[in-house]
Amino acid sequence: MPDVIEKVAIKLTVNGKAHSLEVEPRMLLVELIREALDLTGTHVGCDTTYCGACTVLMNGAAVKSCTVFAVQADGAELITVEGLERDGQLHPIQKAFGDAHGLQCGYCTPGLMLATAQLLSQNKQPSEKEIRKAIAGNTCRCTGYQNILKAIQMAAQSIKGA
Amino acid sequence: MSSAEDTNNWVGKSLPRKEENRLLRGRGKFADDIKLRAMLYLRFVRSPYAHARIVSLDTSAAEVLPGVACVLTGAEIAKTTQPFIEIGPDPFAKIKDYPLAVSKVRYQGEPVAAVVAESPAEADDAAELVQSEYEALDPVVDAEKALEDKSLLHEDVGTNRVWNGVFEYGDVEGAFKEAAYVVNIDRLHFHRFSSTPLENNVVIAQWNPKDERIYYQCNNSFPSFAIQFLAAHLGVHIDRIRVETSDIGGSFGIKITSYPQMAVCALASKKAGGRPVKWVETRSEHITSSAHGNERTFRDTRVALDKNGVITALVSRHIDDCGAYPRYEPLGCVIWSQVFPGVYRFKNARIDFSQAVTNKCPVGPNRGYSRMQHLWFLERIVDICAHKIGIAADEMRLRNYILPEEFPYTTPNGCVYDSGNYPKMLQVAKSLFGWDDWKIKQAAARKEGRLIGIGIGTTLDSGTNNFGQSQIVNPFLPYSGNSQGANCKLDIYGEVVLAVGSCPQGQGHETTAAQVVADVLNVHPDLITVRTGFDTERNVHTGFSGTYASQFAVSGLSAVHGAAQKLKSEIKRLAAFALNTKEDDLEFGSGAQGPEIRAKSSGKSINYWGLSNLVNANSASLPSDLYEITLNCRYVWRAPFKVPDTKKKYGSLTLTYASQLHVAVVEVERDTFIPRILDYVAVDDCGTVINPSIVEGQVYGATAHGIGAAVMENCVYDAVGNMLTSTFSDYTPITAMNMPKVKYGHIETPSPHSYSGAKGMGEGGAAPIHTISAALQDALFANDIIIEDSFNNADSLFRAMAAKEIRHVVSIEKRI
Ligand code: FES
Ligand code: FES
Repeated sequence: MPDVIEKVAIKLTVNGKAHSLEVEPRMLLVELIREALDLTGTHVGCDTTYCGACTVLMNGAAVKSCTVFAVQADGAELITVEGLERDGQLHPIQKAFGDAHGLQCGYCTPGLMLATAQLLSQNKQPSEKEIRKAIAGNTCRCTGYQNILKAIQMAAQSIKGA
Repeated sequence: MSSAEDTNNWVGKSLPRKEENRLLRGRGKFADDIKLRAMLYLRFVRSPYAHARIVSLDTSAAEVLPGVACVLTGAEIAKTTQPFIEIGPDPFAKIKDYPLAVSKVRYQGEPVAAVVAESPAEADDAAELVQSEYEALDPVVDAEKALEDKSLLHEDVGTNRVWNGVFEYGDVEGAFKEAAYVVNIDRLHFHRFSSTPLENNVVIAQWNPKDERIYYQCNNSFPSFAIQFLAAHLGVHIDRIRVETSDIGGSFGIKITSYPQMAVCALASKKAGGRPVKWVETRSEHITSSAHGNERTFRDTRVALDKNGVITALVSRHIDDCGAYPRYEPLGCVIWSQVFPGVYRFKNARIDFSQAVTNKCPVGPNRGYSRMQHLWFLERIVDICAHKIGIAADEMRLRNYILPEEFPYTTPNGCVYDSGNYPKMLQVAKSLFGWDDWKIKQAAARKEGRLIGIGIGTTLDSGTNNFGQSQIVNPFLPYSGNSQGANCKLDIYGEVVLAVGSCPQGQGHETTAAQVVADVLNVHPDLITVRTGFDTERNVHTGFSGTYASQFAVSGLSAVHGAAQKLKSEIKRLAAFALNTKEDDLEFGSGAQGPEIRAKSSGKSINYWGLSNLVNANSASLPSDLYEITLNCRYVWRAPFKVPDTKKKYGSLTLTYASQLHVAVVEVERDTFIPRILDYVAVDDCGTVINPSIVEGQVYGATAHGIGAAVMENCVYDAVGNMLTSTFSDYTPITAMNMPKVKYGHIETPSPHSYSGAKGMGEGGAAPIHTISAALQDALFANDIIIEDSFNNADSLFRAMAAKEIRHVVSIEKRI
């Protein structure tokens, strides 16, 4: 272990807001989001990139922020769960998760909603199989996925209809 | 104003949850989201060995690392604290259980030291500098071997046997004498798994040495139990410990067991001069060292049946594996007997039950706690006997089920099943499932050489414990009955505010509690504020408060209902004075200015602000005979239990019995041996339903946990006690790719034991484990394979099918 760890300057945009920070090279993106920016809607559920509780959008792609170093996000645009709503109005994905009772404890929900956002940005009318595949990397221990699948179908409908 | 006829409208509706607003926006408050000023971070140093003597532990390099506040070791803690209270009787009451290992380690992952630093990264760095040396001892990873006492975990006790008891009822020998068939089953085994909530354990503790108060923010799910253990261990008065929880990311029972880590965090905070100390468990720590579900082996089972395949008697020997420290155990040694005969009618039985310590992670309550192991065992017996005698699995059940007209049904050990209708559940499941079609498809597929089985699992979710059953384990324990507290008040401006002693983890208590109060006061649930989480300083908790054991709909909502009723009668008395009328002239509802009380005769009304104002801010106008009205009503609901007969092991152990019946079609792929679920049905009966969508959601969740446990999730140890599934990537919790579509059905048999007819639910009785075992049995019985284990993945099925010799675990004696 070196005596002094050099910090690295990075710039990034999170939910439309620009940030400049100095971070340790070993800092994970999820630590930056939760600890440096206090955006605690992004969660941590594992240490092997399995559960997806930490999923955020980085330049439009769903990434597991526990498996990205903060320095890798230099110059990136991030969307976290806090950035989904508009002027206090729930995003159709948020609304669908609520309406379909697609959450219980809510710990997995932010990650699942962002995985859904990526899916629906690429595929307006996903089949059930495509939905299952898109959220294969998001573990939920409470819902048994049934209502999550329903929520994602409802979200697809309402975005398409909008 | 709405009329009195509108009351009782909210219970029974799928009201959207109050919790959603914050959770969907990423504004929930989970324990790891909390930061306190000057907070320090704790990391545990853990044992790489399953069983070893600690030769040396050198923390000096860690202590001098910049950023390190302090280091704690077991030896240090043992000097200033008492060992944890033990629930079991002598000799196991003698064990010395500290939250950090003192002179030896007893499972891989057991904490030996705790390092506290300014940041989590610095704590990680320092933890790596702790030098430890161990002398390995013989590990014991099998409970049956443990009972041989060749290598002892706790030497002072002189045995690895934690507890033993014989549960015997009826005339066992007589029934065997008269039996037409006797089926012998050598060994069955229920595996270890863990519900692994997505949020790990988190503790923040602050122990200011100046005022001797300990403040916790954490996600423990049974805080009133934790504080009883902590107060005795830390030597502080229980009123000096404050525990607060907020949103909790699932528990499924597991988070009951975080009190040892809570102790270490408090001691670390004290050592660091009162600065708050936070510990956030990693997933690997969670899987190796929080708590697992009980593993159980069933030996020498003998089943007597009459000529129609009706089970008349049962004899068996059960060995439960509780891991390295009994902790919450040995309560599991009696809790299974809440469902002693399962859903079946047999009256004569003898079960010899032992529990042993092994060099594995301690066990704890885990969704379906201690009952699911037993219910799985009974379902295995039913299927094995059915196959051996040649009776169809559905017919076998119909011949053995407790009949609808027999409820309330007293079991051989004195439990009273409140209500149920198992044949009807089977009928509902069959029609949702297309039973006859599947039978035809199965026969056709078998001709093609495909291995397809259809399985039924019938199970129980007993809720609202009589803690008096703990006296069956240890007659000196001071626990019996069950209770829950709630407080319902009008705040100073008339807001309806409710607090309850539960600590929910996704079950929607804020919503269902508001539904109940809304019906009592005839107001909209949106107008009721329900406090989130648990707080000892809300003054609502009793010794049993928390969220566990399928009981909120009964204990929690009965307390809520009682508190709301109490408030209602105070409001009536006060309104009668204010409106100058009689109480029976009043009606509750909402007007232009919110909730109000109206006099039917005069049409005059007073709103909640007006009422609260009289009591709280304008009291000079209140006559002194109304001074006792506080509009702040605490109510404690108590379950109507008696202490069981501890010698006979007889008595009412649980208040309600929700039931589940699942049916599955499973195919074992010929090439890969992967068990694939082709169709799945879950039928639930939890009495009167408070909120249908919440109930349905709980059923799905419990089904996923069960399917995961049946085919994917297994806590695997090697022969020397290394845990081989210590990450999610190895443990593989079930994902959307493996979870089949579930067809859901339900019936309602209202419980006569709760005010609303509701039964506690949520644990689900592990129905999928029984059902999948049954389906696999059906698929493979023709190949002479008996499903002996509750865990069946491709690997275990391959081994069973590729085995050169058929293991004869089952034999049948025909006496007709
Ligand atoms: S926390 Fe990132 S995948 Fe689990
Ligand atoms: S809702 Fe609890 S983990 Fe998904």
